[in-house]
Amino acid sequence: MTTPKLDERMGRVSFFTTALRRPEFGALIGALVIFTVFALVDTTGQFAQLQGAAGWTKFAAPVGIVSIFVALLMIAGEFDLSSGVMVGTAGLLMGNLVSEVGMGVWESMLVTMMFAAIVGLINGILVIRTGLPSFIVTLATFFVLKGVNLAVTKMLTGTVRVDGVDEGAGFEEARLWFATKIDVGTASFQISVVWWIGFTIFATWLLTRTTFGNWIFASGGDPNAARNAGVPVARTKITLFVLTSMSAALVGVMVLLELRGMQAGQGVGQEFYYIIAAAVGGTLLTGGAGSAIGASIGAAIMGFAAIGIPYALWDQDWVSTFLGVILFLAVFVNTILAKRASGARK
Amino acid sequence: MSAKKVAPMLELKKVGKSFGNVVALRDVDLEVYPGQVTCVLGDNGAGKSTLIKILSGVHKASEGEFTLNGEVTSFNSPRDAMAKGIATVFQDLATVPLMSVWRNFFLGNEPTKWWPWLGILDTKKAKAIAKAELLNMGIDLRDTNQAIGTLSGGERQAVAIARAVYFGANVLILDEPTSALGVRQSGIVLKYILAARERGVAVIFITHNPHHAHLVGDHFFLLNRGRMTARFQRETVHLDDLIQAMAGGAELDTLTHEISVIREG
Repeated sequence: MTTPKLDERMGRVSFFTTALRRPEFGALIGALVIFTVFALVDTTGQFAQLQGAAGWTKFAAPVGIVSIFVALLMIAGEFDLSSGVMVGTAGLLMGNLVSEVGMGVWESMLVTMMFAAIVGLINGILVIRTGLPSFIVTLATFFVLKGVNLAVTKMLTGTVRVDGVDEGAGFEEARLWFATKIDVGTASFQISVVWWIGFTIFATWLLTRTTFGNWIFASGGDPNAARNAGVPVARTKITLFVLTSMSAALVGVMVLLELRGMQAGQGVGQEFYYIIAAAVGGTLLTGGAGSAIGASIGAAIMGFAAIGIPYALWDQDWVSTFLGVILFLAVFVNTILAKRASGARK
Repeated sequence: MSAKKVAPMLELKKVGKSFGNVVALRDVDLEVYPGQVTCVLGDNGAGKSTLIKILSGVHKASEGEFTLNGEVTSFNSPRDAMAKGIATVFQDLATVPLMSVWRNFFLGNEPTKWWPWLGILDTKKAKAIAKAELLNMGIDLRDTNQAIGTLSGGERQAVAIARAVYFGANVLILDEPTSALGVRQSGIVLKYILAARERGVAVIFITHNPHHAHLVGDHFFLLNRGRMTARFQRETVHLDDLIQAMAGGAELDTLTHEISVIREG
């Protein structure tokens, strides 16, 4: 590994400009500012401590896990609005398989993940084959699943809730992997945080260091140019629909094991949190640019708000308003930064 | 005339293409030689696009014979044509603007390390090759990490040409590479066309600009209303001949006369 001779013109690109070029830079600065603000208005003295971190990561991890894959899909130029309801569908399916069908926890989890993969596959194939916007196709999937969740749950259990997973074989072992707590000092963190960090690293590697990552950027940046260069655009997008759906199902499994049951309405509305996290993290809504770390930072900001607002003894009803303002500001600033840093000629 | 002694790399004989009852091309003959620039000139609607699509494997010819290196061939898809060494650089559809220069250079042909099936990018190798290959073509970039959208239109076309040459294109089809560019930018692209020619590539330069064609071309074919109406050699052709032939000779004279009447009237 010889260090290549630096071109003398390279001196013109400062470290600052290089940092500005990273899509998640704006989000990182924003996260630091928001963290500082909540730390200052905190009345419990815990926000900036380990306890606080355990609190906000508990909220951020399940959002982050799905946001990462929603971000990858958005970079490839597509949306998945059915990702939120999929959390509920997966939890309900697995819960019913255990309590109504009598399957073991691990077997029902396998079936659930396969079901999620098929839903993702259907989303992807419909988008590619019909040429309709993924916004519409997955909105349709969203409503279909939302109805199914409610109707099938009522049909099977007579209520809007599935219970009794904790009686299934292998429940405790599964909890160890997906719904346990890890003590760090005096605070106890959810194991979902480990999954979240793992997926952030994996997706970043996938995006920046693999052939598939190159295809993701190209599929969203300019699908025609990508096709002309021999990139399998359709396969790339369909794979991402499958991964997004499966990541939502994984979160559904985690919620089910954690709560030992599932409400029929679980997950509905979450899809917007995922898109907000991705957009705040610097992912372009038109595709072609973004990062997995950015989406995770976006999820962390949501965690700050979810914990910081009650810790400051403000009315929790304002959380959504806060997120709305952050979304607008973040995307606005990201756009300006991106234009500046690319040195684009108009 | 040593050029004539070399066998053509690609040859079309009486090729025709019709869509239903619309005849887009008829009786087109074309020879393309390695290390030479073959210009196909034609005005709008002359059949240039159809010709490109037959050459690049998008369409199949309805009639006639398509030979590559002396063998009769037909392509099933653009990928098939690419595999046989025919690369096409489309006007605005060659690169992904938001991606870096090196990522664009290797798009669809990424170099991998360790096990190929894992698809792990060899970024170091990719950057080094992209930089060296672009330099070979005379494109000196400060940083191959910059987004290709920050380059000028001419430079972007040049990167696309360098990429096709690096990936072993024997025949390089350029679809109106200068039509959207200014004078200086066109000059840059023309320079790279000659660079590709120097490396032994058979270049097919499709344009409606006789000035650009005259600067770099070795052979000139004129396409008009789906037929090859004239052909010239570099040694014997003047720019005026090309302009006249393209505009349909007599028609241009009439037009010139009419305009001058209006001006003076």
